[in-house]
Amino acid sequence: MKILVCIKQVPDTAEVKLDPKTGRLIREGVPSIINHDDKAGIEAALKLRDEVGGTVTVVTMGPPQADVALREALAMGCDDAYLLSAREFGGSDTYATATIIATALKKIGFDVVITGRQAIDGDTAQVGPQIAEQLGVPQVSYCEELKVDGDYMIVRRQFEDQSHLLKVKTPCLITCLAELNEPRYMSVYGIVDAYKKDVTVWGFNDLKDNLNPDWIGLQGSPTNVFLSFGKKQKDAGTVLENLSEDEAVQAIMDKLIERHLI
Amino acid sequence: MDFKLDKSHLLMQQLFRNFAENEIKPLAKDMDEAEEYDLELLDRMNKLGFFGIPYSREYGGVGSDALAYVICMEELSKIDASTGITNSVHTSLCCSCINSFGTEEQKQTFLRPLIDGSKMGCYGLTEPGAGSDVQGAQTTAVKDGEDWIINGSKIFTTNSGFADTCVVFALTDRKVPAAKGMTAFIVDLKNTPGVTVSDNIERMGIRAASNCIVTYEDVRITPDRVLGQVGKGFKIAMAALDRGRIGIAAQAVGIAQGALDEAIKYAKERKQFGKPITAFQNSQFRIAEMQTKINAARLLTYQAAVAEDNEEPFAPLAAQAKLFASDVAVEVTRFAVQLMGGYGFCREYPVERMYRDAKITEIYEGTSEVMKMVIAGSMKLK
Amino acid sequence: MSKDIFVVVEQRDGVVQKVSMELIGESVKLAGDLGENVVAVLLGHNIKDKAQLLIEYGASKVLVVDEPVLEHYTTEPYVKAVDYIVRKYEPNIVLFGASSIGRDMAPRIAGRLHTGLTADCTRLDIKVSNYQEYLLTKTSMENNPDKVNSLDTSDTFLKMTRPAFGGNVMATIVCRNYKPQMATVRPGVMEMPVRNKDAKGEIEMVDTGVSMADMNVEILEVLPKKEKAVDITEAKILVSGGRGVGGPEGYDPLRALAKELGGEVSSSRIGVDNGWIEKDRQVGQTGKTVRPQLYLACGISGAIQHQAGMEGSEFIIAINKDPLCPMMQLADLGIQGDLKKIVPKLTEAVIKYKQGLAVDK
Repeated sequence: MKILVCIKQVPDTAEVKLDPKTGRLIREGVPSIINHDDKAGIEAALKLRDEVGGTVTVVTMGPPQADVALREALAMGCDDAYLLSAREFGGSDTYATATIIATALKKIGFDVVITGRQAIDGDTAQVGPQIAEQLGVPQVSYCEELKVDGDYMIVRRQFEDQSHLLKVKTPCLITCLAELNEPRYMSVYGIVDAYKKDVTVWGFNDLKDNLNPDWIGLQGSPTNVFLSFGKKQKDAGTVLENLSEDEAVQAIMDKLIERHLI
Repeated sequence: MDFKLDKSHLLMQQLFRNFAENEIKPLAKDMDEAEEYDLELLDRMNKLGFFGIPYSREYGGVGSDALAYVICMEELSKIDASTGITNSVHTSLCCSCINSFGTEEQKQTFLRPLIDGSKMGCYGLTEPGAGSDVQGAQTTAVKDGEDWIINGSKIFTTNSGFADTCVVFALTDRKVPAAKGMTAFIVDLKNTPGVTVSDNIERMGIRAASNCIVTYEDVRITPDRVLGQVGKGFKIAMAALDRGRIGIAAQAVGIAQGALDEAIKYAKERKQFGKPITAFQNSQFRIAEMQTKINAARLLTYQAAVAEDNEEPFAPLAAQAKLFASDVAVEVTRFAVQLMGGYGFCREYPVERMYRDAKITEIYEGTSEVMKMVIAGSMKLK
Repeated sequence: MSKDIFVVVEQRDGVVQKVSMELIGESVKLAGDLGENVVAVLLGHNIKDKAQLLIEYGASKVLVVDEPVLEHYTTEPYVKAVDYIVRKYEPNIVLFGASSIGRDMAPRIAGRLHTGLTADCTRLDIKVSNYQEYLLTKTSMENNPDKVNSLDTSDTFLKMTRPAFGGNVMATIVCRNYKPQMATVRPGVMEMPVRNKDAKGEIEMVDTGVSMADMNVEILEVLPKKEKAVDITEAKILVSGGRGVGGPEGYDPLRALAKELGGEVSSSRIGVDNGWIEKDRQVGQTGKTVRPQLYLACGISGAIQHQAGMEGSEFIIAINKDPLCPMMQLADLGIQGDLKKIVPKLTEAVIKYKQGLAVDK
């Protein structure tokens, strides 16, 4: 089985802050990691390969520094890696990103594509389904369990209040939740080997035969950022004393409702 | 001269750091209190290749280098020094002896399982009467036909509580000084009649590590288990210790950095006299000093490891690294406890354990005094 | 000419989900700014009787697609049906709930239509003046009024605002060159509209041509939700107890409240040390670090070691007898009082409030 895994290198978002003066993201000193859902995707792919044989190819789009995320995936046990990196790709929204990645995936060839559900920087959950659309294959998103059954994948698909056990024929695309599995660590052997391998780097020219330049990058993206900003600085809190119990409950309820916490 | 780690070493550092933080940290306190290492944890690290880093793929090792091993030691020891010493004794004492002096058959039989992650090793040199002065050694190996019969006991044999393989040193010629009459043997600790391993010795620090007395009573060893040449054991023992010291230096750097990081994290939160402790200049200056010393110790340690990797003479560098780093570890952990005040003294926080763990780095694999002898000796002062 | 705001209604097992009402309510406001209408798109099987409800919540028209293949949600038939409707009716704006269904279907539809989609929006604006007011009063743009005031007030594109980077950053997205403008909107964020039982509107049945043949996955089984191990670091709401809860049974009212709020119970160290509650629920320097949307500290004085684990919370409410304790000083809202009396009453109030919100049962 030829398994492709799409991953994204993301900043560890718990630590990303906005410069209160410039309004820009403070990226300095923020570690980059493989997105959590994507790492579960790698683990799922490796498990599938262990079970039915085949290869696991990991693909990412990003700047040259994303190489390290691919090396990490190789060190976990993936067989080969592709980095899609070009100035023309920069500023792509989810549609444009999916267009580029889908073009590359078609060129590589696959039986199953696995992606994470969403990346922790953008939280859109759109790229996976949009790749599937461009590939013209069925998708199952929010995967919380995964099995293979001949030419079919059996996927437990999560909804808010229930799950569906779905059977989908390959080729298909599956988006994984972080809770699907406990991703393995890299091994030290794997790291040594990862740096002996070649990561294939594809730029615009490698894909241009099947890629419309008007549909990618900042210019080709249907959506654009109009404005980005931070939250308002927190106001000092208030302490209410000598309330009756009902007043106290009301004061709390007002805040819960105002902040959409119920 | 380039002081940056290359990409593969950086990725390894990330692996060791994440593993230590996520897998070892939750167990470290309990293992210390139980005075017992979690063998399942050990097994996991073995499978990931933590215990065969500088050894060749040909024998099942990782095929990396001493620098990678040192980074591993540092990162593991940042969280738990017991894990550090468990790796150190296995890798740089036991395995290095067999790797450097073993026959092909010995490497296949003993080195391979030790470095491919299936078995653990230990190293028996120190005796109740022979510490820094190896001349006091009493353990003997007497020829009986082709075989050797070992009698005696070795103390402070790290890992011996669970190890499979031990490189043990015994006098094969008592008529000459130990440096000339000692021979190294490879002993299967678990399947050799006459070998007894005591309970864990109760210690002040690195309490999770296994550290026992191993007694040899009429232990019969076949000649194919002699490591290197008869009578050359002392040389083998010292060569291993030279390598081991780089690992201990890295352990000391790790302990120091781990303690300082913990103390800073605490001190940033802790407010006294209306501001965080780290806002006081006295704290800042002391922290700055400590970090500088740790970095200096780290550079010495990396320098020794790179010298080893480049097959340059590294014994004096290793001794300098260990001498300095162990001193820094003791100083920084003492400071870390002080910075945290009463909470630093409490077992709820790890710095008290780190303070206890740091002390041994000035003692084992050659005391600081012995390090000075080695360094001075290399300077041709006499 | 693209016109009108379409809301793709979400129903599960024939029950229209609350988020769809919220979207209709919001769309009515936006449609007013544009002089357009709100059209609800209702997909399902034997679902037609729900159309009137959508009109009562504000839709002026409902397009109903009623097919056996739409009984349970699967991607392709839903995508195909909505794609057909968008191509046929050419709406200006299409909105979905940012639920696990909406976030599965919408990107694929946007992909098929080759248009933009903005995920998980928490605010939508047409009128620039409303948007400016929001920027100046609720965001860091309060420090940059010149930029805010320089925005082009004749801009009638949909300004879709969403959190990114785990909520540390907000971004407003526009889709100017493609139609329709599409967004998924986070449930529970837009205001629930008032139901008007006398409202009248048009209901139109649409034959989109979807059939069983479009189903490219097979539903083998419908399973209950997986029980997850409790992880307080992932909870959106934490009801946390300290010394003031008084004992192991003191956490029970907190549990009841947490359950109603869809949150979890956590604890300061004292509760754990005393064996009142499990260690994995401890917040603080030697416990876990949490950043929930709401941290409700009940009877927690707020030692610095505890604060270290929760000061990143988005909103902090403290209930404590001592108005001067550190937690009350840290809190966004501090309530001086007896938690044993206030918490159960609060739970009742929450239940009552939720009942008032229930729709279509």
